[in-house]
Amino acid sequence: MKKNILISVLLLSAAIFAIFSFTKISSSTKIIPLPKADIDNAGLTLPAGFSALIVADNTGEARHLAVTKEGDIYVKLGSAKDGKGILFLQDENKDGKVDKQSGFGDYGGTGMYVKDGYLYASSNTDVYRYKLNDKDEVADQNNPEKIISGLLDRGEHNSKSVTLDNDGNIYVNIGAYSNSCQESDRTPGSMGMKGCPILDSAGGIWQFKADKANQTYGDGVHYASGLRNVVGLDWNQKDNALFVMQHGRDQLHDLFPKYYDSKTSAILPAECMYEIHKGDNAGWPYIYYNQIQKKQILMPEYGGDGKKTADKKYLDPVVAFPGHLAPNGLLFYTGNQFPEKYKNGAFIAFHGSWNRSPEPQAGYFVAFVPFKDGKPSGKWEIFANGFAGQKNLSPGSAKHRPCGLAQGPDGSLYVSDDSKGTIYRIMYSKK
Amino acid sequence: MNKIFVLGFLLFPFGLLLSNSTKYSPKQTSETFSALQKTKFPGEIVYKKYCISCHQPDGGGVPHMNPPLINTSYVLGDKEPLIKIVLNGLQNTKIDDKTYTNPMPPLKALKDQEIADVLTYVRNSFGNKASAVTAAEVKAVRNKGK
Repeated sequence: MKKNILISVLLLSAAIFAIFSFTKISSSTKIIPLPKADIDNAGLTLPAGFSALIVADNTGEARHLAVTKEGDIYVKLGSAKDGKGILFLQDENKDGKVDKQSGFGDYGGTGMYVKDGYLYASSNTDVYRYKLNDKDEVADQNNPEKIISGLLDRGEHNSKSVTLDNDGNIYVNIGAYSNSCQESDRTPGSMGMKGCPILDSAGGIWQFKADKANQTYGDGVHYASGLRNVVGLDWNQKDNALFVMQHGRDQLHDLFPKYYDSKTSAILPAECMYEIHKGDNAGWPYIYYNQIQKKQILMPEYGGDGKKTADKKYLDPVVAFPGHLAPNGLLFYTGNQFPEKYKNGAFIAFHGSWNRSPEPQAGYFVAFVPFKDGKPSGKWEIFANGFAGQKNLSPGSAKHRPCGLAQGPDGSLYVSDDSKGTIYRIMYSKK
Repeated sequence: MNKIFVLGFLLFPFGLLLSNSTKYSPKQTSETFSALQKTKFPGEIVYKKYCISCHQPDGGGVPHMNPPLINTSYVLGDKEPLIKIVLNGLQNTKIDDKTYTNPMPPLKALKDQEIADVLTYVRNSFGNKASAVTAAEVKAVRNKGK
């Protein structure tokens, strides 16, 4: 009898212990439910099952952004606001809306990336990194390590976007300070400079060490060339390769009206996505890509007439979008929240065109391209639209212009807007 | 062919005489007429040919790239610096505390009258209201620069 009681007590304690432990485990791995979406989905049009909310507003010129594993957000501002060029946004009460904001870094810029315990940020000439603590917060905001400096900034195409691979390298875009390497930039009829001299220090991607201080051109690898200007770039984990979105040239009609009417000039050349490997050359300023004929066409500045192809073959794009949409953000989706179709696919934030007038402007949306095994597996589509908030699109009066993309720890997609500084969070809530 | 180009081609050599053109289809001619009736500024034609792609149909420009023409000291202020911008172009300049990165090419190939017309149009469009610019004023600035 006594023995039985003892066994019962033991069993009971074991059960209580088991229940207690189980509760503890389940609470620590508990999935945080998605926050409530805005009633109007933040003014966006999204595919069925998706919803959106504004997590922060009026932050400044929100260029690129990064979301930590805690769900906190770092935003790089195009120009510092109140002396702060990087914002740190937190949501303490977990309702999805930012309720705590601080900032640091007195320089404007575009690049913002979190990887392996560091926050990487770029000005228009330099790249910095800040050590993160175990909560992914920057402990010493005033003393970042300057890893790269002295990159060219001549105004035009001066943003320095960054991304990292898994081998300790950082990739930096250095845009060409020119539209098409004319002797006189953007001047009707001016021909291209022979052996475009811009390409020796700009118009390409440079690779540097992510952990080495004080690097400049000589320390880096001229990784890819012939890229006019890249703002959106990302490392494709599936393919283990760099992908970039090029801003194609402007003003074919303005500069060479005898070869291009304004309708053609509004859609050409393509905005290209390239898969980049070391040594690649995408052909700027000698060729552009015609997405309708699927051909590399000789630039009019270099003897082209709208039809002639180049003798030399340059890198072909993996996706060719219509002209002038201005791709400013690229993100390969690795999350589990969105449906299977989106896994490993590419999201592209299109800032929106200015170079289509007098034809209507276009863009101002986030597009999606499905990928399989590191290659596009279907046509591109508009994923999120309505950022401009109006039917007649214009760069000056668009309410919002999508610029940066980031993935949250739960697989939500974050979009920044560098016009009003709105930060959006897009979620898949249908189960 | 581009309508605006056709319009520009027609206007400048023949000085606003459009009625007897037989080279173009009746549809284009009537469109040309209605375009002309809508504006009292001949400079609108110049604007559409040389300025509209960067400064936009609404004069709003492109943030960070091409300056707006609406309500800025550059457009509404002294005429001489404004005429100089058209003649000599502009590069990487701060306008009303904002930086614009795209260069503007020199447009000195335009005639004095065309520059006067387009500046008069710009100074009186998009909500702007300022005095007209004359061909003589453009000529004076052009000669000064020589």
